[in-house]
Amino acid sequence: MSDIFTLGIDIGSTSSKCVMLKNGKEIVGEGVVNLGAGTKGADQVIEQVIEQSGVKFEDIDVIVSTGYGRNSYEGAKKTMSELSCHAKGGTFIFGKVGTIIDIGGQDIKVLKLNPNGQLTNFLMNDKCAAGTGRFLEVMSGVLDVKLEELGELDKKSTEKTPISSTCTVFAESEVISCMAKKIPIPNIIRGIHASVATRVAGLAKRGGLSQPVAMTGGVTKNSGIVRALSEELDCEIKISPDSQMAGAIGAALYAYEEHQKN
Amino acid sequence: MSNTEMVEEKPAKVLLGEIVAKHYQEAWDAKNRGEKVGWCASNFPQEILETMDIKVVYPENQAAAISAKGGGQRMCETAENAGYSNDICAYARISLAYMDVKDAPELNMPQPDFVACCNNICNCMIKWYENIAKELDIPLILIDVPYNDEYEAGDDRVEYLKGQFDHAIKQLEDITGKKWDDKRFEKVMEISQRTGKAWLEATGYAKYTPSPFSGFDVFNHMAVAVCARGKEESAIAFEKLTKEFEENVKTGKSTFKGEEKYRIIFEGIACWPHLRHTFKQLKDGGVNVCGTVYADAFGYIYNNTYELMQAYCGTPNAISYERSLDMRLKLVEENNIDGMLVHINRSCKQWSGIMYEMEREFRERTGLPTATFDGDQADPRNFSDAQYDTRVQGLIEVMEANKAAKMKGEH
Ligand code: SF4
Repeated sequence: MSDIFTLGIDIGSTSSKCVMLKNGKEIVGEGVVNLGAGTKGADQVIEQVIEQSGVKFEDIDVIVSTGYGRNSYEGAKKTMSELSCHAKGGTFIFGKVGTIIDIGGQDIKVLKLNPNGQLTNFLMNDKCAAGTGRFLEVMSGVLDVKLEELGELDKKSTEKTPISSTCTVFAESEVISCMAKKIPIPNIIRGIHASVATRVAGLAKRGGLSQPVAMTGGVTKNSGIVRALSEELDCEIKISPDSQMAGAIGAALYAYEEHQKN
Repeated sequence: MSNTEMVEEKPAKVLLGEIVAKHYQEAWDAKNRGEKVGWCASNFPQEILETMDIKVVYPENQAAAISAKGGGQRMCETAENAGYSNDICAYARISLAYMDVKDAPELNMPQPDFVACCNNICNCMIKWYENIAKELDIPLILIDVPYNDEYEAGDDRVEYLKGQFDHAIKQLEDITGKKWDDKRFEKVMEISQRTGKAWLEATGYAKYTPSPFSGFDVFNHMAVAVCARGKEESAIAFEKLTKEFEENVKTGKSTFKGEEKYRIIFEGIACWPHLRHTFKQLKDGGVNVCGTVYADAFGYIYNNTYELMQAYCGTPNAISYERSLDMRLKLVEENNIDGMLVHINRSCKQWSGIMYEMEREFRERTGLPTATFDGDQADPRNFSDAQYDTRVQGLIEVMEANKAAKMKGEH
């Protein structure tokens, strides 16, 4: 029997992620392009993954898309919401987990899973950018540091400067005034991370937190957030180098299931 | 039924549309005759006004119509430009704007000679009506229904309400020159009862799987339950609607087009400016709304004056959390519900504020999935298609997975 190749594409608001899966089990290609919905991001990242995996486009059996821009990719056989995909991808990466937290560009998702790895419920933020990836982006802009550097800088902090505003605009001015007071940047960053963590934890705790807890999405690269959230939830948080790919992995797994159905 | 009979008999939908049109027309006619016409809160005891044959129109109904027809933003901005905060209920903003500009091509209604307010739905309403009374220098009639921390309103509350009913009647007699008539009141209560029962009976048909009607239909039909509860023709139209649903159950038809795969509770007020979009996403996913608390809020059931007053203390926004939760649990039990979609309505703090805990406990008690989305009953600016679509799709996927798991377990 020939191998089955499925592709999952996760088109987010700021980046596109793609995973090629062999026989629903093995990742044979993956990529990220920092271009989100409405751009060439999806095509570019698919091209990358095709090159990397050596699987020709015509040999892909099924494509499933997910993410904010999921409906804009015409090559997909079906779309799945980010919620289901992160749950499925998360289970693939971590095995059994009770809760998966994903801090996306525009929203926060808290996914509740049953012991069979099935998504049973989810909670999302209400309309407010606080606690989302966008909030972090704005803050890194104000501090004039790169988004990717936030985690490392947080490690250099000596104490936490409280940032109490949840509103992104208010927090921005709070950060500016901290800078004017010459508070060391790492301490401000730690405060920013704590403020995001409080908000996310509030959502995660609603309705009880089932262990183990894992985190998916690109924000997992920021060790400061992961640490702050783990403190706030008072538990260990599983992360993986594949965390950012969870949505795309989930989509590729759904694509495999779709193939098996027929 | 023969074809000719079907042509002769108007469907309930048409009858209901005619009742609303007539309701507005009668108010205009009264105004033109020089009678005093009021603006009235949707859950004000209409039995009083009906008994005295006083014509009123309902700003909430007008605001819903204006926003459903695309005028919400224009009117909200008019009110905001006049200094009203964007945090105030959009129905209030639209109504306050209308008081000022006195024209809305979407739906016009006569200007008020008095306002009749009842805060059994919220307290924002008091300030909104007070402002109108002050601006237009007209009398305000207020029936104050305190929030019920207990399950059922007791004697003390009914007593408190009774005093206010008497006072309101006296005020209305002075304003309009019309007289109260006990006999007529009995009759009005009887008709209102018939209407209330027929309305609840009709919406109760959602207990059938598949449901004989699309849940979004009731958002439209309920205009009659709001504006014309005390009219005999309303009772007749709702009874007709009930018959149609009954017939649908027998013949396996439904006004919900497509296969009804999932049955949900739609929690909160409809998102009028985005009604089509919110409906379409659900319909395309095979989701029918088989339970709302909002629509049933206008079916008042009572057997005497005491119970009538109790009933007006029992509107969804005035009752205790425990009773509110029970209402939802009852819907789940009776209507074979698969999940709940919660409208976090920026306008209606009273309704939405309670939802965080309600949603949590609902999930815990029923094990059913829920999803929330941000929206607004009348201000189109507080809604995002993409956010709504993702959450609805997520909810559908969970319901689908639940069904699949159940099937596996059963076989
Ligand atoms: S929508 Fe809510 S806030 Fe507005 S009038 Fe109705 S009950 Fe009050």
